[in-house]
Amino acid sequence: MSDLVQSVPTEVQDVQIDAPKERYFRRFTREQRYLHAVLFTTFLGLAATGLPMRFSESFWARKFAAGVGGFGAILFFHKFCALVLTIAFLIHVKDIFTRGIVNREKGIFWGSTSMVANWKDVKDMFGHMRWFLGLGPKPQFERYAYWEKFDYWAVFWGMIVIGFSGYAMWFAPFFAHFLPGWALNAVLVIHSEEGLLAILFIFSIHFVNTHLRPDSFPMDMVVFTGVESEEEFKHKRPLEYDRMVKEGKIESRLGEKAPTWLVNFTRVAGYTAIAIGLTLLVLTLSAYFRE
Amino acid sequence: MESSIERGGLRLQPSRARGSGLLLPGESRRQVKRFGSGIVAALFGLFLFASGQGGRAQTDCLACHSDATLQDALGHSVGVDGQKFNASVHGALGCNACHTDVTGYPHPDKIAPVDCKTCHADQANDLKSSVHADSKEHPCTSCHGNAHEIFTKSDARSAVYPLNVPKTCGQCHSNNGMAGKHGLPSVYPNYIDSIHGFALSKEGLLVAANCQSCHGSHKILSHNDPRSPTFKANVPKTCGACHAKIDDDYESGIHGKAIAAGNMAAPVCTDCHTAHAILQPTESAFRMQSTPICGNCHKDKFSTYRDTFHSQLGSLGGYVETARCWDCHGAHHVLPTSDPDSPVNKANLVKTCGRCHAGANLSFVQYQPHANARDRKLNPALYFVRLFMNLLLASVLTFFLIHTILWLIRQRYNQLRNRANGGQKNV
Repeated sequence: MSDLVQSVPTEVQDVQIDAPKERYFRRFTREQRYLHAVLFTTFLGLAATGLPMRFSESFWARKFAAGVGGFGAILFFHKFCALVLTIAFLIHVKDIFTRGIVNREKGIFWGSTSMVANWKDVKDMFGHMRWFLGLGPKPQFERYAYWEKFDYWAVFWGMIVIGFSGYAMWFAPFFAHFLPGWALNAVLVIHSEEGLLAILFIFSIHFVNTHLRPDSFPMDMVVFTGVESEEEFKHKRPLEYDRMVKEGKIESRLGEKAPTWLVNFTRVAGYTAIAIGLTLLVLTLSAYFRE
Repeated sequence: MESSIERGGLRLQPSRARGSGLLLPGESRRQVKRFGSGIVAALFGLFLFASGQGGRAQTDCLACHSDATLQDALGHSVGVDGQKFNASVHGALGCNACHTDVTGYPHPDKIAPVDCKTCHADQANDLKSSVHADSKEHPCTSCHGNAHEIFTKSDARSAVYPLNVPKTCGQCHSNNGMAGKHGLPSVYPNYIDSIHGFALSKEGLLVAANCQSCHGSHKILSHNDPRSPTFKANVPKTCGACHAKIDDDYESGIHGKAIAAGNMAAPVCTDCHTAHAILQPTESAFRMQSTPICGNCHKDKFSTYRDTFHSQLGSLGGYVETARCWDCHGAHHVLPTSDPDSPVNKANLVKTCGRCHAGANLSFVQYQPHANARDRKLNPALYFVRLFMNLLLASVLTFFLIHTILWLIRQRYNQLRNRANGGQKNV
């Protein structure tokens, strides 16, 4: 998950600008990278423990449950991941609130750096699809492209819907004080369908759009290292690059090339996440179509 | 000569001990044995023979038949362990009490088979009308063991002592047993691993149900026979012989009443608990296996149950506390929902749900454990929630699937074209 706002590093990096070597620019702050790491770790945990419940009669569900110590353990891990993710989500919301409302930082709720969709996103989407079919030029993207904004809001909405329905089941007698009787039935349907949507979307669409598509294949490292090369920056977000240059802020975005250990470590972590995700995707699809 | 002395020496101990009606302590017996020489024994034997006592024949016969290796013309062993026979329930009888056609020595080569019916007419008649009627396949000895070593059923040495019954029946009714020849299942392993089998084999619980507690002994009938204690309609009473309270509960419940009314589709004890492989009902294996059993008849209820969290949790194994059918409906005293005594009657729901869900209140129990999200009339709200979620899922995935595939193709095409023009990966 990315953030609502462009990250503006406070300290300017001391870099030799005229050096012949490739320059790197910061896209995500350390907090944002950690948020993504917590999000995808807990999401994998939630998916891996939630799917055996959703498809409890499939051939792998029971084996998986037994593998992690029976159903009690699965439910425990599911709730544990849910709590961690909830805390991460609340920290993020508080962060947005502080920056956008308390500090009145610009570019949080509108403008070219905001996560909020605007008219350009609609035009971009149609333009992008025209380009797919060879009917028009490739749109130029700003800091967050329309599909990235969709990813963000899909997760945001999913967090609220899955989170609320999950807690409603966890603390059903409490929620029963203000929910109608049928809602207790509905929360399971909502939780499982929305969870399924999230799993299918992340493990197929998000993986391909962000990591596996030819431009980024096999993995877009920017969310792990926080930096990307100048060439990548220019290619993927020309409007933002041009704007930065025009506003004379491009230097302030300069960053260090990520150290090898970080690249290697996050690459292993990222590949692992993708491998687990794709495995779960195959199991999910096989169970879904067998139902 | 030596062997005859040996025989003479041996035959003394049983004949003196039992035949004369005296029970000599071991020390005296050994003394008698010490005195024993061929001649003295022969004379003593002759005396007993002349006096017409029961032991007379034993002593005489054992002169030859105490040799365990003794065989008849067909190669069957005809050796008898005099000591064991003497201790057995028939120990006081003379050999010719059963072998009636042996009146003296030498006796004919061919001796008529012993007919137990002569004395045990009731049992023989029962057996004759039972599934074991074929006396060639099921001679009395097939259950009671060696004819010369039969003990009363309360004697631990008896093959029909309660703790020995399963093993005795299991000789035929187990894997590769004779029963297989008649297409009968192997039930011994099921029984011995059941709660009854454990009680019997591990605890030595004499009152634990063994084979004959349910099937009877001599008059065992097929479960298809309405007179059989294992006939479906008779099963509750049969189990109720021990489980009286549960039988009471069952018979006043909806299933018991249905059976009593002649509705044989209703379940009896064995339908849920099985007949032989009966498990402790709180055991996870039983909790796992029994919900589908109710589902055999209550198909729609089972299908809607499977949509719920109770089932999803429950079918994973390991965590078996989630509600199964009988946790809410009761196991034996099952009543219709409309009955005020039913645990799932509206008035009792808070209490019933509250057994697991601490803090269950009137609003909480409006939850429908058998809601059907596919049924628009029955559960309209749930139906539309599910419809909305499905449409959302389908539309988002369909749109992005097409979007992503087109994107992939276009990007790969551009890459290849750039490379062909000597360009870089990204242009």
